[in-house]
Amino acid sequence: MKDFFRQFLLSLVVLLVGCGVAVASDSEWDLSGNTALQLRGFSQNALWPEQNSSDAEVSVSGEWEVRWRSEEGDQRASFIPFARWDENDDERTHMDLREAYWAYEGRAFEGSAYDGVDFELLVGVNKVFWGVTESVHLVDIINQTDLVEDIDQEDKLGQPMVNLALQQDWGLLNFYLLPYFRERTFPGQDGRFRAPLPVDWDDAEYESGAEEKHMDLALRYSHYFGDVDVGVYYFHGTNREPRLEVSPNGQRLTPFYDQIDQLGVDVQYTKDAWLWKLETIVRDGYDESFMAAVGGFEYTFYQVYESNADIGFLMEYQYDDRSSKEPITIADNDLFVGGRWSLNDTQDTALLAGVVVDDETSETFFNIEAERRFGDSVVVELRVRAITNAESDEPLYSFSRDDYIQLQISRFF
Amino acid sequence: MKQRNIFSATLLFVVSIVSFSQLLTSFALAAIVEEKSVEEKTPEEVKGFEIAARSDRSDRGFGDSEAKMTMVLRNAAGQESTRSMRFTTLEVPDESVGDKSLILFSTPRDIEGTALLSHAKMLDPDDQWLYLPALKRVKRISSRNKSGPFVGSEFAFEDFTASELNKFNYKYLREEACGELQCDVVERFPRYENSGYTKQISWVDTTDYQIRKIEFYDRRDSLLKELRFEDYRKYADAYWRSHRLVMKNMQTKKSTDLVYGEYKFGVGLTDNDFVKGRLSRLR
Repeated sequence: MKDFFRQFLLSLVVLLVGCGVAVASDSEWDLSGNTALQLRGFSQNALWPEQNSSDAEVSVSGEWEVRWRSEEGDQRASFIPFARWDENDDERTHMDLREAYWAYEGRAFEGSAYDGVDFELLVGVNKVFWGVTESVHLVDIINQTDLVEDIDQEDKLGQPMVNLALQQDWGLLNFYLLPYFRERTFPGQDGRFRAPLPVDWDDAEYESGAEEKHMDLALRYSHYFGDVDVGVYYFHGTNREPRLEVSPNGQRLTPFYDQIDQLGVDVQYTKDAWLWKLETIVRDGYDESFMAAVGGFEYTFYQVYESNADIGFLMEYQYDDRSSKEPITIADNDLFVGGRWSLNDTQDTALLAGVVVDDETSETFFNIEAERRFGDSVVVELRVRAITNAESDEPLYSFSRDDYIQLQISRFF
Repeated sequence: MKQRNIFSATLLFVVSIVSFSQLLTSFALAAIVEEKSVEEKTPEEVKGFEIAARSDRSDRGFGDSEAKMTMVLRNAAGQESTRSMRFTTLEVPDESVGDKSLILFSTPRDIEGTALLSHAKMLDPDDQWLYLPALKRVKRISSRNKSGPFVGSEFAFEDFTASELNKFNYKYLREEACGELQCDVVERFPRYENSGYTKQISWVDTTDYQIRKIEFYDRRDSLLKELRFEDYRKYADAYWRSHRLVMKNMQTKKSTDLVYGEYKFGVGLTDNDFVKGRLSRLR
């Protein structure tokens, strides 16, 4: 909470400065966002005794987006707070600043030996995504996962940063200074999707003496060469994935964040209706260095049976050779197979269904996501998730009674 | 461990077979296209090309442009839904390469910030990137989907990107009145792969050399859609732009109107405004 308010103040200052600049000029403002009602129904009651016994969960969320661009177009700012209230889990009731930044773009070194370089400098809280694959986002590292939002790890917390982007003919270079670390959110004692002991994530421990104030660094190059898109980066700093250790009183799990060095590469080859994808990382963290990779393809049949609908087939293989002392991953030796059905209608109706099977343990994770717009501003989303074949000594066992259906109705403005 | 190796090897094998066969087909297709262009042209083909080239060149030198656009989608029962977007274009002077364009959506609100970047080519597939703001993800997408509907409208992807001169072979048909003007009627046949059309018939006026109407014929060679270009306005005493495009699907009775706001020319856009790294910085 303290964390949040500090960020809030910082961004308010950024916003006020922005406003000050804006008032004098004919700049552009945009206000948008959404509010959503989310209903979850679980197939079974919870596994651990302290978890809430209800098999239904209601929550409400809101995200507001304020954007500004200067009259000349060279400055822009964004302010995006997010909040969720959840009836069962106190930890899932939370707030975050997804974005709160000011950015300036211009051209430097003009008329010098260089022909000039287009740059953008961004200061504040932002979200950055890297990667190409669908089943797991291995190379994506800048933002911390907002795990209480969704177990798919696609929801992220805002990351304070100074980002310098340099666009050259030969590609885009991005430098990141990340002065403040965000702790991963975890479900509370009452919540679903947790280990036998809840994670006490407000009381994290760090390898670095600077703790969450360690200055993390990242440098990324990305470009495309014909049909091939490439991204390469180096990251030095606090691992976004914690190791979880049982606390001295034996009642809680304590997250421990190591310092890591990580190299990452993502490649996509786009040819005809094929997308070939590969993400790979090498990480030097707590134990011995290891590599991990996810690779596969997506093939789309367009306008099937002379309709407007497309059907895509996806297959990805996940590999990870980390030691058991490192933070746990479930994507270690798994095969993902999925299908994507897009109606391409005015309501943007789409369905994604997939299954991930562990090659060694046969643990299986099913996932179905469907969505459709109603009218101009309401979107209805349906999700079904289930786990089978999880033995008691395997990581997914803790979630094995958390199969659920989720209905979300969002209103955009 | 052994099982894993066999699995990986199989996957690798399948991958290499598939990519190899892809490579072979693309070579074969390239050879066919090459052959066709060497063929001797009939007088009707020469005249058809000249009319299209004159129309295309009347627009030469516009540099860059920016316009706001509203799309009104209507189903057979007349129910409407709208999308609004900003459309920017960068002219690429080289006639053997297409222009660059960027579409940024502002409504419907749930797709606000979604952007589509295209680098048009002539006969090769275009390069396209899609930006998904919810994840802040830039995704290179396949441009094979020429004939699919653009955001649920009656416009296909190729109706936006295939206005380049060298994407078609032409054949002159006749001259006839079109409203208050006289028009040359020219058939055009897509030369690029995966088009949903066997042919298009275009009406080009003989005064300002602008396209007034296009009929689209589907793969069975029956009339599929009709596109009318209305409300032409002249900018900088040189460049004509239609501000209302009305596309009617003659088979489903659905229609889509594209209504453009005022165009701005010479906005000062450069190649660096049309790169994938820009997509997350548009708003």
